[in-house]
Amino acid sequence: MSEPLLAVDDLVVRFDTPRGTVSAVDGVSLHVARGETLGLVGESGCGKSTLGRAILRLVEPKAGAIRFDGDDLAGRSRAALRSARRGLQMVFQDPAASLDPRWTVGDLIAEPLHIHGVGTRAERKAKVRDLLRQVGLPPEAAERRPHAFSGGQRQRIGIARALALDPKVVVLDEPVSALDVSVQAQILNLLVDLQERLGVAFLFISHDLGVVEHLCDRVAVMYLGRIVESAPREALFRRPAHPYSRLLLDAAPSLDANAPRRTPAPASNELPSPYDPPSGCRFRTRCPHAVERCAVETPKLSDLGAGQHVACHRAGEI
Amino acid sequence: MALLDFGAAVARRRPRAAADGLLVRLLARPSAVVGLALLAIVLVAAAGADRFFPEDPLAMVALPLLPPGEDPAFPLGTDMLGRDIAAGVFHGARVSLLIGVVATLVSLVIGVGIGALAGYYRGALDRALMRVTELFQTIPPFLFALAIVAVLQPSIPTIVGAIGVTSWPSLARLVRAEVLKLRTSEMVEASIALGAGDARIILRHILPNAAGPILVSASILVATAILTESSLAFLGLGDPNVVSWGGMVGAGREVLRTDWYVATLPGVAIVIAVLALNLLGDGLNDALDPRSGRR
Repeated sequence: MSEPLLAVDDLVVRFDTPRGTVSAVDGVSLHVARGETLGLVGESGCGKSTLGRAILRLVEPKAGAIRFDGDDLAGRSRAALRSARRGLQMVFQDPAASLDPRWTVGDLIAEPLHIHGVGTRAERKAKVRDLLRQVGLPPEAAERRPHAFSGGQRQRIGIARALALDPKVVVLDEPVSALDVSVQAQILNLLVDLQERLGVAFLFISHDLGVVEHLCDRVAVMYLGRIVESAPREALFRRPAHPYSRLLLDAAPSLDANAPRRTPAPASNELPSPYDPPSGCRFRTRCPHAVERCAVETPKLSDLGAGQHVACHRAGEI
Repeated sequence: MALLDFGAAVARRRPRAAADGLLVRLLARPSAVVGLALLAIVLVAAAGADRFFPEDPLAMVALPLLPPGEDPAFPLGTDMLGRDIAAGVFHGARVSLLIGVVATLVSLVIGVGIGALAGYYRGALDRALMRVTELFQTIPPFLFALAIVAVLQPSIPTIVGAIGVTSWPSLARLVRAEVLKLRTSEMVEASIALGAGDARIILRHILPNAAGPILVSASILVATAILTESSLAFLGLGDPNVVSWGGMVGAGREVLRTDWYVATLPGVAIVIAVLALNLLGDGLNDALDPRSGRR
């Protein structure tokens, strides 16, 4: 494989709070190739959103590298970052909160063009119409304000804005979690459609495995700030290697009532405190297969072949 | 199909310009209408003072202490020195509004500037600016203004400056709180992700979204400035070369029990102006919220 478009290497994000320091992202590495979709899944609180925001430098990483299209973003000053932002955009979870309620939809979608000085006024206007059409909204929508639209339509506006600069990678932070199920499907189909047409790569952050299965080429599973498994979609859904991946897949609702459980019940359902994460393997307090070694030694991601990587000492035996 | 329906729905609901919409929404609120009407009266009085009363309002033009209605030429009567009270009230409106508005502009520039910088950049700058703000807040604003005017000699510029320089701390704290809240909103994060610079984010996203509370505060500040100016004039620290409502109340105080109208009529003018601005502030507060009902 050639040089990936976006490569995150050993990224660390820590938050200093009055209760202590939280390592929300603790040494995460991942990569996204041109035109592919990488799913990032995990429970709420596992640091997946923080990771997405750190890639865009909305939170400052403490250590590690973010290479995007040949540039290192992590080391850049805010001002030097601006040009790189053209190729790297984000869609937020709550479209109601991420669109300025005082702006018209047309101005909102044109804002990235303004910021980066793209085109004349007429060209920007034409681009806005084109973007609205691409996300399935009528051109008249440009004159209205966000609150005149439904949640799904607002998310279309958010997607149109993220695509305005023809980015190479879009980070989608739970883009459909706030929407009704029927609307979710429409937005997901739109994303698939846009990717086919534009060749844009997605980093798709979600806690919903069904959504991830529908959309992603590869999936990375995150637990308490670390990637525990990354694999092509097929491999992950057919034969998950990490006990946590299995737990997640078993927890996902299935239409087949007789679907076999893949793994014994977890030792605990309690997510450990992120202020004081377990030593060694962070999943060991909930893992039905944990042995002594898991408490002492932190497992590294090891290659199982066919693009599947897992961080578990007992991956071969269980 | 659903898309076509939606297009038709959008086409039916014609878009409306923002300024247009604000006035419409403002006029839908009774208290705002009353406030606007009272403010219009004050504005007409200020604008028409020279036309209705071309003579110097400080000139002695008739017998002293003429009660209202006695002589049709002086409908509000005259004061102890035979000056026309109606002329004083009309010309006083001009002085009061001028001082109120300009002092508020001074206050807005300082308060919004300090509040926005402190709230947006946080950290050391925030701490330094807030200590300065607190320093100003420890001194009662009226006494502070009084001291400044007393030292610098009362004149319109010194009174405006004194009121402006002493009235910004509450505004700075309000703006800071609004900016702090908006600073971490997804809306602002989205702009950062798009590559927007700090100035653009503050001026185009944060301050417009904080405009409601700022405008409401500003209208109250104008009212407060008018009151402060009147109080200074009442105490004899008004500009001696211009007529002022507060000065008229102060002068009429001695004859309040025998000739009530000398102090009361300019007092009513103060009440009308201050009430108008407060009602308008309330109305603006409701009308500026894009999520509130009528739209």
